[in-house]
Amino acid sequence: MDVITNDLQTLEAGVMAEIASASDEASLEAVRVGALGKKGTISEKLKTLGGMSAEERQVQGPAINGLKNRVTEALAARKSELRQVAVTARLAAEKLDVTLPVRQSPAERGRIHPISQVIDEIAAIFGDLGFTIAEGPDIETDHYNFTALNFPEGHPAREMHDTFFFQPDEKGERKLLRTHTSPVQIRTMETQQPPIRIVIPGKTYRQDSDATHSPMFHQVEGLVVDKSANIANLKWVLEEFCKAFFEVPSVTMRFRPSFFPFTEPSMEVDIQCDRSRPGEVRFGEGSDWMEILGCGMVHPNVLRAGGLDPDEYQGFAWGMGIDRIAMLKYGMPDLRAFFDADVRWLQHYGFRPLDMPTLFGGLST
Amino acid sequence: MKLTLSWLKDHLETDATLDQIVQRLTAIGLEVEAVDDKAGLRPFTIAKVLTAEKHPDADKLQVLSVDIGSGSPVQVVCGAPNARAGLIGAFAAPGTYVPGIDTTLSVGNIRGVESRGMMCSERELELSDEHNGIIELPEDAPVGQSYAAWAQLDDPVIEINLTPNHPDATGVYGIARDLAASGLGTLKQPAAPTFQASGECPVDVSLDFGDTPSLCPGFALRLVRDVRNGSSPKWMQQRLMAIGLRPINALVDITNYMTFDQGRPLHVFDAAKVQGDLTVRRARDGETVLALDGREYTLNPEICVIADDNGVESIAGVMGGEHSGCDESTTDVLIESALWEPLNIARTGRSLGIITDARYRFERGVDPEGMVPGLERATELVLELCGGQPTESRVVGYNGYTPKVVTFATTEVKRLTGLDVPGEQSLEIFQRLGFGIEGAGYIVDVSVPSWRPDVDGKADLVEEVMRMVGIDQIASAPLASHDAVNGRILTTLQIRTRNARRALAVRGMMEAVTYSFIPESQAKAFGGGSPSLKLANPIAADMSDMRPSLLPGLIAAAQRNADRGIGDVALFEVSGTYEGNVPDKQRRVAAGLRRGTATLEGSGRHWSGAAKPVGVFDAKADAFAVLEACGAPVYKLQVEAGGPSWYHPGRSGTIKLGPKVVLGTFGEFHPDTLDLLDANGPLAGFEVFVDAIPEPKQKATRTKPKLELSSFQAVKRDFAFVVERDVEAGSISKAALGADKKLIAGVSVFDIFEGAALGEGKKSVAIEVAIQPLDKTLTEEDFEALAAKIVENVGKQTGGVLRG
Repeated sequence: MDVITNDLQTLEAGVMAEIASASDEASLEAVRVGALGKKGTISEKLKTLGGMSAEERQVQGPAINGLKNRVTEALAARKSELRQVAVTARLAAEKLDVTLPVRQSPAERGRIHPISQVIDEIAAIFGDLGFTIAEGPDIETDHYNFTALNFPEGHPAREMHDTFFFQPDEKGERKLLRTHTSPVQIRTMETQQPPIRIVIPGKTYRQDSDATHSPMFHQVEGLVVDKSANIANLKWVLEEFCKAFFEVPSVTMRFRPSFFPFTEPSMEVDIQCDRSRPGEVRFGEGSDWMEILGCGMVHPNVLRAGGLDPDEYQGFAWGMGIDRIAMLKYGMPDLRAFFDADVRWLQHYGFRPLDMPTLFGGLST
Repeated sequence: MKLTLSWLKDHLETDATLDQIVQRLTAIGLEVEAVDDKAGLRPFTIAKVLTAEKHPDADKLQVLSVDIGSGSPVQVVCGAPNARAGLIGAFAAPGTYVPGIDTTLSVGNIRGVESRGMMCSERELELSDEHNGIIELPEDAPVGQSYAAWAQLDDPVIEINLTPNHPDATGVYGIARDLAASGLGTLKQPAAPTFQASGECPVDVSLDFGDTPSLCPGFALRLVRDVRNGSSPKWMQQRLMAIGLRPINALVDITNYMTFDQGRPLHVFDAAKVQGDLTVRRARDGETVLALDGREYTLNPEICVIADDNGVESIAGVMGGEHSGCDESTTDVLIESALWEPLNIARTGRSLGIITDARYRFERGVDPEGMVPGLERATELVLELCGGQPTESRVVGYNGYTPKVVTFATTEVKRLTGLDVPGEQSLEIFQRLGFGIEGAGYIVDVSVPSWRPDVDGKADLVEEVMRMVGIDQIASAPLASHDAVNGRILTTLQIRTRNARRALAVRGMMEAVTYSFIPESQAKAFGGGSPSLKLANPIAADMSDMRPSLLPGLIAAAQRNADRGIGDVALFEVSGTYEGNVPDKQRRVAAGLRRGTATLEGSGRHWSGAAKPVGVFDAKADAFAVLEACGAPVYKLQVEAGGPSWYHPGRSGTIKLGPKVVLGTFGEFHPDTLDLLDANGPLAGFEVFVDAIPEPKQKATRTKPKLELSSFQAVKRDFAFVVERDVEAGSISKAALGADKKLIAGVSVFDIFEGAALGEGKKSVAIEVAIQPLDKTLTEEDFEALAAKIVENVGKQTGGVLRG
C-alpha cells in the first residue's frame, strides 16, 4: 500500500468520525464545508488529480471520487438522522392538553320554544294533508269573536268574567282579545271560496290564571269546508293527526256528543292512554281516557256568517290547546313555566335549532 | 249533576249494569265525570258487642268481645263512650281501609292488649261528621252481613258533567228519558197526582215589571195548611246525602228532591211569615235581602225578586230569603213553582256570586210545561210527608208552550255524519225523545218538545240521531286527497317568522314566549300606552297594556334569570306587537336580548379567554342575522346612528331600507329605561320588523346567475386614515368602495385606534381593500393610481388623511 492510499484512508476515517459526531445540522454543515467545500480536504485532493500522470490518475481518480461519494452519502444520511431527532424534539415540546374543553357551538346552545316546535310539527302534518296555515289578529271585534260564531247575546263567555276587553272607542265599539282562534274561520270564509282546508295556530286569551290556566295560551284550530266534508272525514283527520303527532302506530279515540255554539253536532274527543307512569302519558295503550280536543260540524249560522249557504256547503272544525298537547307529548308539567323564560326550563324542554320537524325525517327524532 | 243508581231506576226499567249505564250516558252526551260505586264501604260488616270490660291499663278504653258472625268472637280495644255489651254496630277487620282516618287497619296492640279490628263511627266511614260515638244499629240488624248493603249505603253515585245545551238532563227523570231513547231500558211514566184541592190560594201574585221586559214567563203558587214539618224520611235523606246535600227538614228536602228528580226547582215560603200578597218585580237599587246562606245581598234593578209587604223575600230563581224560610215550626206553606228568564238568572248569579242548584237549572232553561205539573207533584209529596190541606193553585203570566217546528229531510243525517241511518229509525228516535212528527216520506215536520230549548235546526236534529245511534257507529273515512304533490303551504311571513327563530337559536339564543300585555309604564317607555290598547279588565295591574315592543318582556325575563343567579342569558322572541287595535296594526317582530357576557361565542370565563360583556355590536350582528335569514336585501340596507329613545343614544342604530322603511333597531339601553324596568346590565338588544321586509321578487326560473371567476390573482392593500372621531367607519368604507366599483371587490375595517399621538378628537381607521383584476394583471402603476383614487375619495368624503 502506498503512501497516498494510506493518506486517503486516514482522511476518510477522520471525516467519517466528524460526521458521526456532528450533533446538529449546523456542525454537520461545518464538516461538509471542511471536507467538500472549495478548500475542503477532499476538494483539495481532487484538485491534485490535474497534476498527475495518466497512469497515476487512473488509479487515484476513482479512489478520490469514491471517497467523495461515500462522504456525500454519509453526510446525507447523518442529516436525515439529525432532522428526525429535531422534529421529534419539537413535537414533544409542542404537546398540548387536548382534554381541555372547547366552547359549545352556538347551534347547540340555542333553543326553540316547545310552542314553536309543536306549531312546526302541526304544520308538517297538516301540510301533508293539503291544509294551509291561516293566521289572524289577537285584537278582535265582538262580531268575529262571538256573533259570527253563533254565540247568543248574553252568553257567559261574552262577559268581562271570561274575556279581556278594551275600553269602548268613540263609536262605542268595544274591541277584545280573541278567546279562541275561531275568528279566523270567519275571516277566511269571507275571503276564500271553498274548498277550504286550513289550520289556525295562534295566541288566545282568557280571564283565567291558576296552575292549569294562563291568561294567554295557544290554540290550534282546523277548518274544512266543501260540499261533502262530514263527521266520518273529521274522525279520520283527527285520528291521522293524533297518530302522526304523538308518533304512535295507532290511537283509540272516543268521540262524545258535546256542545259548542259554533258547531252542530258538537263533540269532545278523548284519547286512550296509559297514565300509570308518573309524569308520562303513553298514547295507543292503557285504559285511561284523556280529553284532548273539541270538534264538530260547522254550525249553519257560522257558515252563513262567513257568506256561505249551509245547504250548499258543509264542513267541520276542531280546536285544541297547543300548550296542552305539547305538555302531553313532551311531559311538561306546568303551563305557567311556558311563559316564564327560565333558561333552565328552556334548555331542558326546548328544541335544538337544527331539529326541524319534517315527516320525511320524523317529527321529533 | 249527580244521581244514584237506585234513583235512576225509579224512572228507568232496565237490566243494564252500572258499567253499561255509565258508558251509555257518556256516549249520548251526558259525560260521566265520576262514579262512586261505594266499594270502599263493602268490607264493613254488622257486628254485635258481646262483652265490654275496662282496659286494664287505660281509663278511657274498653276491651270488647265482638261477634262478627264468624262463630268465634274477636277482641277489639275501643275508646268510644257508647261502646257497651249488646250494641250492634259497624265493624272493620284488620286489612280494611277506613276512609275517614285514611288508614288501613292491622292487628294492633293497644297498651298491652291485642285489638283485632275496629268498631266505627259515622265519620270514620265518611257518612257524616258524627264522631261522638260508634254507629248504633237497631237490634234486628243482621250480624255478619255487609253494613252498607243493609243500610242501603251502597247505592252508586254517578256524577255527570252536563253541557249547557241539556237542561232536560238536570233531573233524574230527564236522564232516564235519554237513556230509554237510546235503547237502554223503558221510561216509567209517573202516576198523575190524585189529591183534592179546595179553596182559593189566599195569597195573590202579581208580576210587576212596569214598562221593562218581564223576567218571569210564569208563576204558580199554592198554599198547604196544617203541615207538620219534621225530618224527611230516611230514603229521601239518603238520596240527598248521596248527592252531597244536607237534609234540613221535610219541606226544604222536598224542594231539593224535586230539583234533582224532575229538574224542577221550587221554593217554599213559611206562609205565616209572608205579609200580604207576593209581587214579582225588579229589585230596587240598594235594596237588600238576607238570603238562606246567611249572607246579606245588595240588589239592583237587573235582579228579579219576589217581594211582599215586608220587602224582598227571595232572589228569584237563585236563592230564597232567610226571613220567610221554612223550619220545624212551619204549619202553612206556600209552594212556588215559577219560570225565570235564563240570561237574567245567569247574570244575577254571577253578579252576586251565588251558585245554587236552582240557578244551575234556571240559567239553562227549565221546562215551561213542567211548571204546573211540578207544583202538583211537590204538593203531593208535601201531603205524603207532612200532611195538610192544599188550596187550588194560582198561575199567573204563563202563556203556554208553542213548539218550534223544523222541516227535516232524513237524508240530512248521512249528509252531515256520513252514517247511513234509515229514515224510519231517525223518526223513531225523535219520537222516543218526545219530538212530534208531522207528515210522511223523507221530509217531515219535527216539533220540538218543551224541555229541549236548545234544538232549533236541522243540524240539531242530526245530533239527536247521531248521539242515540252512537258516534262510534260512524266509520272514519279519508278526506279526499288532492292527488298531487303538495305545494308550499306557508306564506312569506310565516316562512320568515320560522327562519328568524331558527337563525337566532343557531346563534345560541333561547326562544322565550312572554305575555302580550305589559305594565302601562313600560308600554309608555317603549312608545305605546295608547288608550285604545289598554285592557278594561286586566288580570293584574302589571298586565294592563298591549305591548308596543318585545324588548320590555325580554328585559324583564333576563332580569328574572339574573335574579336566580343566571346572569349570562341570550333570549329572543318572534311574535306580535301592537301599534293599534285593527288587524294591520299588529306587527310581526323578531327581537333578541343578550345580557352579561352571553356573546355568540359563549359566555363567562374560559381557559381560552373570558367572554367580553355584550354590547351594541352583538345586537347588531343578531339583527343582521335575522334580516339575512328573512331574505332582506342586506347589501342595500343603511345603518343610521341612534335608535328610539329607549336605547343608549350613542350606542344604538336604526336599520333602514331607503329613506323611509325602518327594518330594525339595535343597541345598548338608556339608563333611564333600565331604571324603569328595574333591570341592570350589561344588556344589548334588537328588534327586526319582519313584516316590513319587502316580498321577494317573483322569478320565472330558479336558475342562479352565472358565476364569473376572474383568472387573475386577487390583491389586498391596507390603508389607515386619520379622521375626526365622529366620522363613521361606514362612510370611509363607502368612499373607498366608490374609488373603482369594478376593481374593488370589498372593503373591511380591521382596526380602529384612538391615541394622543393622533391629536385631540381624532381616530385612525384602518381598512383592507380587496382588489380583483378582471381582464389583466395590474401593474405597479395601476395600483398606485387606484390607491391615489381611494385616498382622494376618502379625503373628499370624510376629511380623512392617510396616516403617516
